[in-house]
Order: sequence, then C-alpha cells, then structure tokens
Amino acid sequence: MTTASTNRWEHYYTPATVAEALEILRRYDGRARVVGGGTDLLVETRRGLHRPVEAMVDVTHIEGLDVITSDEDNIVIGCGVTHSRIVRDARILKYGMCLSESCGVIGGPQVRNVGTLAGNVAHALPAGDGTIGLLALGGEIEVASDDGIRWMPLQDSFKGPGKSFIDRYRQILTRLRFRPTAAGEGSAHHRVMRPQGLCLPIISVGVRLQIDDANTITDARISMGPVGPVPYLAEPAMEVLVGGPATNEQFVRAAEVALENVELRTSKYRASREYREQMVRTYLPVILNRAVERANGAAS
Amino acid sequence: MTLNGKPVELDVPESRYLSEVLRNDLGLTGTKVGCNEAECGICTVLVDGTPVSSCVYPAFKARGANVETIENLSNNGSLHPLQQAFLEHGAVQCGICTSGMIMTAKALIDDKGTSLTEDDISVALKDTYCRCTGYHSVVRAIMQASGHDVAPSPPQTRPASAAIGQARPNPNARAKIEGSARFTDDYDFPGTLYARTKRSGVPHARIRSIETSAASALPGVRAVLTHEDVPGHKRHGLVIDDWPVLCGDKVRYSGDAVAIVAADSDDIAAAAVDLIEVDYDELAVVGDAIQAARSDAPLVHEGRDDGNLLKHIKVDKGDIEAGFAEADVIVEQTYRTQATEHMFLEPECSIGVPAGYDPTEFGGVLDAAAVRGETAQHDKITIYVGSQIPYQDRSQTAAALGVEPDEVRVVATLMGGGFGGKEDITGQIHAALLAEKTGRPVKMLYSRRESLLVHPKRHATVIRIRTGAKKDGRLTAVQATLYGDAGAYASLSEKVLGRATTHAAGPYDVPNVKVDCFAMYTNNAPSGALRGFGVTQSCFAVESNMDTLAEKLELDAVEIRRINALDVGKTTSTGQVMRESVGLNECIDKVAADMRGNDFRWTWEEGSSRFAWGVAVAYKNTGLGGGAVDKAGAEVEAWADAGKATRAEVRISSAEMGQGLPGVLAACAAEELGIPIESVNVLLGDTDFCPDGGPTTASRQTFVSGNAVRLAAQQAAEKLAIDGDHVLVRYDYEAPETQPLGSGGDMHVAFSFCAQAALVEIDMNTGEVHVRKVVAAHDVGRAINPLTIQGQIEGGIVMCIGFALTEHYIQEDGKPWTNVMARYKIPSITHTPAITSHIVEHSASTGPYGAKGVGELPSIPTAPAITNAIYRATGVRVCSLPVDQDELLRAMREGSSTVELAWGDREPIPAIVPGGKR
Ligand SMILES: Cc1cc2nc3c(=O)[nH]c(=O)nc-3n(C[C@H](O)[C@H](O)[C@H](O)COP(=O)(O)OP(=O)(O)OC[C@H]3O[C@@H](n4cnc5c(N)ncnc54)[C@H](O)[C@@H]3O)c2cc1C
Ligand code: FES
Ligand code: FES
Repeated sequence: MTTASTNRWEHYYTPATVAEALEILRRYDGRARVVGGGTDLLVETRRGLHRPVEAMVDVTHIEGLDVITSDEDNIVIGCGVTHSRIVRDARILKYGMCLSESCGVIGGPQVRNVGTLAGNVAHALPAGDGTIGLLALGGEIEVASDDGIRWMPLQDSFKGPGKSFIDRYRQILTRLRFRPTAAGEGSAHHRVMRPQGLCLPIISVGVRLQIDDANTITDARISMGPVGPVPYLAEPAMEVLVGGPATNEQFVRAAEVALENVELRTSKYRASREYREQMVRTYLPVILNRAVERANGAAS
Repeated sequence: MTLNGKPVELDVPESRYLSEVLRNDLGLTGTKVGCNEAECGICTVLVDGTPVSSCVYPAFKARGANVETIENLSNNGSLHPLQQAFLEHGAVQCGICTSGMIMTAKALIDDKGTSLTEDDISVALKDTYCRCTGYHSVVRAIMQASGHDVAPSPPQTRPASAAIGQARPNPNARAKIEGSARFTDDYDFPGTLYARTKRSGVPHARIRSIETSAASALPGVRAVLTHEDVPGHKRHGLVIDDWPVLCGDKVRYSGDAVAIVAADSDDIAAAAVDLIEVDYDELAVVGDAIQAARSDAPLVHEGRDDGNLLKHIKVDKGDIEAGFAEADVIVEQTYRTQATEHMFLEPECSIGVPAGYDPTEFGGVLDAAAVRGETAQHDKITIYVGSQIPYQDRSQTAAALGVEPDEVRVVATLMGGGFGGKEDITGQIHAALLAEKTGRPVKMLYSRRESLLVHPKRHATVIRIRTGAKKDGRLTAVQATLYGDAGAYASLSEKVLGRATTHAAGPYDVPNVKVDCFAMYTNNAPSGALRGFGVTQSCFAVESNMDTLAEKLELDAVEIRRINALDVGKTTSTGQVMRESVGLNECIDKVAADMRGNDFRWTWEEGSSRFAWGVAVAYKNTGLGGGAVDKAGAEVEAWADAGKATRAEVRISSAEMGQGLPGVLAACAAEELGIPIESVNVLLGDTDFCPDGGPTTASRQTFVSGNAVRLAAQQAAEKLAIDGDHVLVRYDYEAPETQPLGSGGDMHVAFSFCAQAALVEIDMNTGEVHVRKVVAAHDVGRAINPLTIQGQIEGGIVMCIGFALTEHYIQEDGKPWTNVMARYKIPSITHTPAITSHIVEHSASTGPYGAKGVGELPSIPTAPAITNAIYRATGVRVCSLPVDQDELLRAMREGSSTVELAWGDREPIPAIVPGGKR
C-alpha cells in the first residue's frame, strides 16, 4: 500500500470574474482544475485519487456568482452558492422544495457550509443528492468556456459515474436555474440511507408534479439515483402519470413502471437490488403524494 | 485574514490547508485533526461565522476572511459560557473533540440564541463526532450555555463525604476546554523530523527483498531503517513477543511494518516510503478464525505445535451432560460478532527525543528548570506518547534498542481516547529508533488510514451457545463454544478471549458450565483490547439466548434474569463464591421499575414504526485477576502548615484517556489528607517521575491505583500529624491475591454489575433501527465522582449502540475494506437515545471507599438489549452484528425468524461443533 501522499497544488487562485478564471485555466492548459467548496475534490485529492494539478481555480469568489437571484422565468443559483444557503433560501423553500430538501440531507453542516450545488452537479455521481433534486425540477446549467457561454439541460451534462461533459480543467459551470413551481405544482425529495459505511444514498428520489383543478396530472418529473451510471430521469413513469388522476393507485403503478424500465443493482455493502426495488415501491408513491399535498397547498 | 479578531499577514505556500496553517505555522494547536477527510469534524473552526472543517479548507480560500478558533473564546482567564457549561456538565472527557464541538456550538448559539432547541443541536452537531461522551452531556451543556435552565444532573448516589462522592469536573478539563491542553502531536520540538512507515499492503507473504536506496537518495530523507537496523530484540508483544518491530522474512497482515523513514517534512517522508520497493512471494491467506482451525489451513506462524491455535481456553464446572439431562427446555443458537475499531479521534502519535538533545542547536531555548517538553534537558532517549501502559512501552522500546528499561523514559501525554487501542506498541519503538539514528527529535504521526490499518481491533467471534433450564426458569447448564479471530499477532488475545470465556454463562448462578474458546491466528489485523474486553461479545450470545429461553418458558424477560442472577452466596461459572458486593438484583429492580413506569407495554405500533423494549444484564471483572499480580505504586507528596495538610501532589504512572482518573485519584488523596480536591495536583505517566501504575485496562485503575493513592495519602497524613510540614510517601499497593482459571477459587477481586433496557423503534418500511431510550443501572461499589461515572456510562452505552448498529471493521481475505474513516461510522449525535442512568452502590470491601471498576461495563449489554427489542417487535432474531436493515426487512417480508447476515458479512454464520471437535 502506498502511504496516502499529500497531493499538493502549487497555486490556489480565487478569481473575481469568469473571464479571469477562464484565462487562468487557459494558461495552465489542463494542469489546473476548477474547484468549488472542495468537499469532494480535496477529500479525494488528499486520498491520492486524482492526478496532481499545478493549480486550483476556486470559483466561489466570483462576483455575481455567489448569490441566488430570480428573473421572470427562473430562480438562478450561482456556482459559488453553498448548500446551506440554498436550504435557507425562502424562494427555494417555496418554489423549489425538493431542491431544498435534497441539499439539506447532504453531509453535515461543515460540508453544507462550503460544498456547492455546482460542485455536486459537476462531480456527476449517479445519486448526488442536490443533483437529483435539481433534475426533478427540470434544471438547466450554464457552462462557460473559451467557446463562450451556453445553457443546457442538466441531464445533458452527465457522461458516466463521476464523469461529466463539463471539462473540469477548462470549463466552468457558472450558474444553475429552474422554473419555480407555480400554483398547482409541488415537488418533493426523499432518500434512504443506512447508518453504516459510506455516506452514499441507497436510493435518492425527487419529483415535481403539476395538477389541475380536476386532480389530473398535467406534468410530471421523476428523478432517481443510483439506478445506473448517471442520474436518471424516469420518463416511462412520468408518461404513465401525465393525463391520469393524482391517486395513490397511479403512483403505485408509476413505481412499478419505473422499476420495469431500470436495472437496479446490488452494490457491495450498500444495498441489494431487492431492497432498492422495495424502497422505490415504498417511497415513490409517498413522495408523489407529498408533492400533491404541496401542489394543493400552494393552490389554495 | 483576520484571525481571532486580529489581522494577520502570512507568507505560506498556497498549497496549505487551513488546519496546517493554524497548527503548524501559527502554533494554534487548540484546533485538532482527527481524519483529514472531512469526516470527524474535530478540526472545525469558524470562517466568517460559519463552521467549516479546516482540514480540507484551503488556507488561501480563507484569504481576507474572518477566522475564529477555540483560542479566541476565553479571555484573561474568564471562560465563554459554552466553555463553562462544558466544564460543569462533564462534556469533556479525552478532550480531543472539544474545540470542534465548542466552535460548532458557538456558531449555533450565535445564530439561534435562546430559541435553541435540542433538535437544533442534533442537526448542527451531526457530523461533529465524539467517541467518549455519548453526546448527552454535550447537549445539556449547550442548552445551558444558550440560556436554558439545565443544571448538571449526575445520578443519585450515597451521601458524599468531603471528597468522595462529589460530582466534579476532571482536573485537566479546563485546559482542554481552552484549547491549551497538549496532545502528542501538539508538541513541536525544534529540529523535529517527520517519520512514516512502509506497510506491507499484502496480508501474507514471504519477503524476497527490500530495496531502500531510492528512498535514501531522496533529498531531505535523513534515515531509512529496516529489520537489520533493530539493534536489540526484534519483536515486541504484551503477552507473547511475536510481533516484529520491522518485518524481515515474512509479513502476516496488511498493516505490517517493513521499513521506516525520517525526513525533513511529512511530505518527503511519504514520498520516500513510496520509493521503497519490497518484493514479495505471496502466500495463501487465512481470512477468519474458522478457516484458521482447519487442518489444511496455511500457517500464520510456522514452527508452532498447535498450528494456528494461539490458545484453547476452557471453563469446566459441574457435569454438563447431567445439567442438560435435567433441563426441561434447551435453547441453542450460533451467533457472530464482528471486528470493530476503537476510532479514538486522536490517531496514534509518538515522538522520540534522542539522549542529549539540545534545542538550542535548532533555534530553540533550553530552560534548566524544565523537566519535560520542548525546552527541557533530555538526558536519555525519551518517548512522548499518549499511551495506556507507559511502563510497558518503556520496557518494549528498551528491549528493541538493546538497552535497560531505565535507560529509556516514556512521558505520557494527554491521550485523545484509548478504549484499549493504545495498549500495544505502534510507533513508539520506531520513533525511538529513528531518533537514535538521526540524533534529532522524530515525530511519527499516523494518518487515520494508517491508524485503521495497524492497531488491534475487537475480536470477531463465532459463538455457539446452548442454554438449558427447568420449567420454573432456573438454569441448569450452559455450554458455549467460541472461535475468536486473534489476527496476525498475539497482542492481548489470550486475556481478552479469556474474559469472553469466563463470562460466557452470564452473571448467573449456573451449576453446570462448559466453555471452550479457541483463539486463532489469522492474517487479519491483530485483535486486542477494546472496551468490554471480550465480554461484549459473549454477552450478546448469552443474553440473546436468555430471551429465547424466556419466550419458550413463557416467562417474563426480567423475571428469568432475576431468578438466575448472581447474588451473595452464589457462585460464578469459574467457581468463585460471591461473598459481597453483588448489586445485580438491585440493578434489575431499578431498571424494571423505571421501564415499567405508567402504561407499560413491551411493544406497540405507531404509523409505519414498531416500538419495543428489550433488556439485558451483564457483569465485568475489576482488575487483572486470574492469579496475575495486580499492583500499582503511587507517590504522594504533601505539605502542611502547623500540622494541617495544605496541598499535595500525587504521582503515578497510570494512564488518563479521558475516563477521569486524575479526578478519582485527587479525591482519594484529598479525602485522606483532609484537604480540598483542588489542592491536589496529579501527575501521571512520566516513567522517570512516577511509580508504575500498571496498565490501564480491565477496569482496574480506580480500584488498584485508587487504593495505592489512598494508602499512600493515609500514611502521608499520619506522618504529617506527627511531625513536619513536608512528607513524601511511596506506597506499593498489591490487590488481594486471585486464583488462576480452573482452580475454582477467587479469580477476581470484585465484579461490577449492570442491567439495561433499550426502547427501540423499527421502521417497518425500511428495516431501519433507532434506539430511542436506554434505562440503565450500574453497580459500581461506590461512585467516587458521580459526574465522571455518568460520562463513562453514557459514553459506554452509545459505543455499544455502535457495536450493535453501525460499526464493522471489514476485512476481505486479509485486506481491509475499511481503509478510511468514511467507511466506518461511529454513532453520531443522531444515534443517541435518551438515557436514564441509576447508580447502585454495593461496596467492595477491598476497593477504595468501596469502589470497583466501571469503565467497560456500560458498553457490554446494550447490544443484546437492542436485538432483544428487535425480536420482540418483529419476531426476527438477529444473530450477527451489526444489524443490517436490508436483511432485517427481507426476513420480515419473508417471515423468517433469524437473520444470519450482518452488514458487511459475505457468508452466513458457519456451523461449529460444540466443544470444537472437528
Ligand atoms: C462528509 C461528507 C459527506 C457528504 N455527503 C454527501 C451527501 O450526502 N450527498 C451528496 O450528494 N454529496 C455528499 N458529499 C459530497 C459533496 O459534499 C457534494 O457533492 C458537494 O456538493 C460537492 O460540492 P463542492 O463545491 O464541494 O465540489 P468540489 O469538491 O469543489 O468539486 C467537485 C467536482 O466538481 C468540479 N467542480 C466544482 N465546481 C465546479 C464548477 N463550478 N464548474 C466546473 N467544475 C466544477 C471539481 O473539479 C470536481 O471535479 C459529502 C462529502 C463529504 C466530505
Ligand atoms: S474533519 Fe477535519 S480532521 Fe476530521
Ligand atoms: S471527549 Fe469527545 S472524543 Fe473524547
């Protein structure tokens, strides 16, 4: 065994603008890495899991990107925003409850006080909690690179477990956004853990529902992880729901359909396939019901 | 940045973490480091008012920010309300987590003020761990500090005398609270080199060659040593010297040491270790105790008559066949317990200081008056270490160096938790060898990873147990067969599994008992002492069977224990007749009464949860016993004014690991001398100044060292009364003689007893188990300091909840899967139940003021109390620990009555033959 060598960088930059950050990345040409709170990256670096880099480019001090804002259509979260800030934000509590819930279960306060939602997304774990929450809300992300700035759907950024289409040596995930839940809409997140071993969810599920006055579901999004290499949008189950009544029978059916379309796996020391299936069966209906309650609450 | 209110400008490399800058560059060692992986939270500091883990927080990220550390809290001797409350509530034991706790709590109080609730505390401290207190006292302290009216509430005891029975903070708690207490890594000798160890990384192999030249050639490397460089005895060991100082021919577990390096910096030492090439012939691996016992198993140690059998330990009482023939009901089941890890939050650290070390050569200062520390003269090789057995560290290091014991000095620093895991040699010898070689102080600090890999664990066991009883519930016979995984080296296996064996019939009067225990060498990490010392394991099997028996006999679970409980006049399984001090029945009564309260139900449902109570009882010997000479020497120096004692110093080389020993010893001396406890200074663990107090193990310190100090102080008081204003008394106390196992005589000077009941909630949707409440009663003889006893009890219970529910040190064919702290969860504040604790005091006539040991007892019966509750709630008997929610849910859904797979198990419990015949 090698003694965990303390992989060190030489320079730690805290640029104040995106242009400056990109310029540093360009200069290092792959030998510098973007870092947010560092709660994934630096822990892994200390364990010797990453190739050493010459510089770290900390994007949490960029002006204008350390705040949550809203425009006409969206709530916008800068890449410097920590989970703690998201959890406390009144707008997100009201119009994006499942994101608040999913960021709220991450780590403990020390991790939430520095870890960012952008880092959670860029880390691209199959069940990153904040990511599952944002995916259910229909989130989008903004990526800045030498080629310019563009928005893309969140789900288009996932490449594989821990792999992202965002090049973390050259590109910056600058902002994240979602359309706030309106009247008749509700969202919810839940995850199942075990008290032993790694702090990774056995299953993490997020939902967003829209129902009309006749209790018919007019829009539905269901996100789940880990059910494969990347965070999963359960489209077949969503289709089952849309157009149907918001009843528990429908939700149970949606869970079955979700299960029919994914291959859950047994993972060592985490959970058996059967257990995961059982949790989806139990909790998907539970949180769909919760989202309905919230939709109704918001409507009334 | 602004640090503690003052602007500081620093010129440090951009690659540093905040914890490093605080501790190393600024010398603010109040901030501690336990894992360097954002898991434990003890490194918490405030950045712009929010708690962050400084170990993964880049220092440059804090540029321009406002950083606050523990050193900022007390000013000019007055404590912050949080510090005061932590002190008063006994929320400080070993103290390694204290600054992290207090800083996290401070941010919370600053945020919430008096509106703070216990739930808020639970959320805020979720990832700030404490291994000692069980969090209760911490919660009480924070509530008090936030303005709630929460007075310290130590359990009720007999009326206190002047010094005995007084609830008081431990004398060293104040320094811990202020952040000024120094643990080994907090020492910074000028000219220090940093050491690292090359570990085998393979569980079983013959060494073909060791190539160190590349490492030696690395700039900044000062020494690279291998087995050839050990001048004296090449092996160490507490009982059998089978553990190589550095391996030369063979490695027997993944954590074996092959070479050691000292270098100018820790990074260079780490790089050098990576450059050492060891060529191995890998050998077949012995992965567990059952496999080790097979006739075709590979041999861990060659040339022994018994193959991999380290020791066969037996108990034989009465006629076992006749006992079962007499029984109306027989219950038989095989259980398995897992290896667990101490997870003391301070990783091992040793500093070797060479003889003749002169700090002025390295820019330091020499102070002729200093006796220890950075400015002191060191006339012989000295090891600074947080150790449970300073004198054995000394003898083992001296042997390896090839010198006499008194040519080596061991200075025991504060210890950030021990729990049995700091009894064996880890870095002591290595640091001494490197210091001798380089002529410089050498610090060997283990990373959390290395700590997990290297030090001995709790024995994994497989226990088949057969219990027979008459219809009325009286036990007629108990037969137990145990296999214990001793790991690669003997360590304390013989003693630990000896205790598992002698306690394998439980605290009951059983006429016929037969126990066979096989301690087996394997290629796993060595197993040794861990709070409970083997009894935790056998108690799980014994107490599970007792509940099954009660159910078969349609008897109440409390009643069956009462019927069989040891009492004065009854005999233990080793034939010891109890003549006094058996408070078990009173413990049972207290717990039963409390549990039964109003509207008592054994089990009920609420929403998707089922609740149930489970009970278990336990006993634990005090002192080494079994014929071993159990002694401690103590020195008491006292000063008087006009024939009346005014102050005293107590010196004894026993270890304080947070359990509160200094307070106990100070109370003993104060009582005899008739002076206030505060007037007694206690000096522990410097082998040049303090007589040998023996090992801190077997719950023996209060009894043995307490007696030594009491008697020394008694003599001092007598002498002072006759003449003079200054006396120095040395007293060598020897505990009453005991008899070896098998003789049928008194094996132990005393036993402590307890009963516990656990209220458990099971989520029927997920199989998740939560302990909601524990009611406990402990017979401690006499509570010398009720506050520290309360801390021991709460901490012990929570540790045993970890054993039941969260902890498993997983090894796969000799390779640890559990290689980082993130893979080993100890109970956090969210696992902590409400605890009601009663003290029972059945005096032990030979104990100091009637006291007997309590350190280990609380962490023994909690696990079976929990699994007994799970059975009651679900009808599923959990036979293997820790409880796996996945398997429990499966069993409930499929209607099966037992769970044989714990979390981390790969196979069901193997079948073993009673008596161990193969
Ligand atoms: C004790 C502990 C518990 C945890 N528990 C959980 C949990 O329960 N659930 C969970 O989901 N996670 C958990 N985590 C993981 C982690 O805290 C989160 O994933 C967090 O959101 C990561 O954010 P960060 O800002 O710290 O990312 P970083 O560590 O800074 O970065 C993560 C990755 O993203 C890249 N990156 C970061 N920001 C950007 C950006 N703006 N643009 C481009 N690339 C970027 C980095 O290069 C790196 O590859 C835990 C971590 C710890 C230490
Ligand atoms: S969290 Fe920083 S040392 Fe453990
Ligand atoms: S007092 Fe908390 S870890 Fe020891």
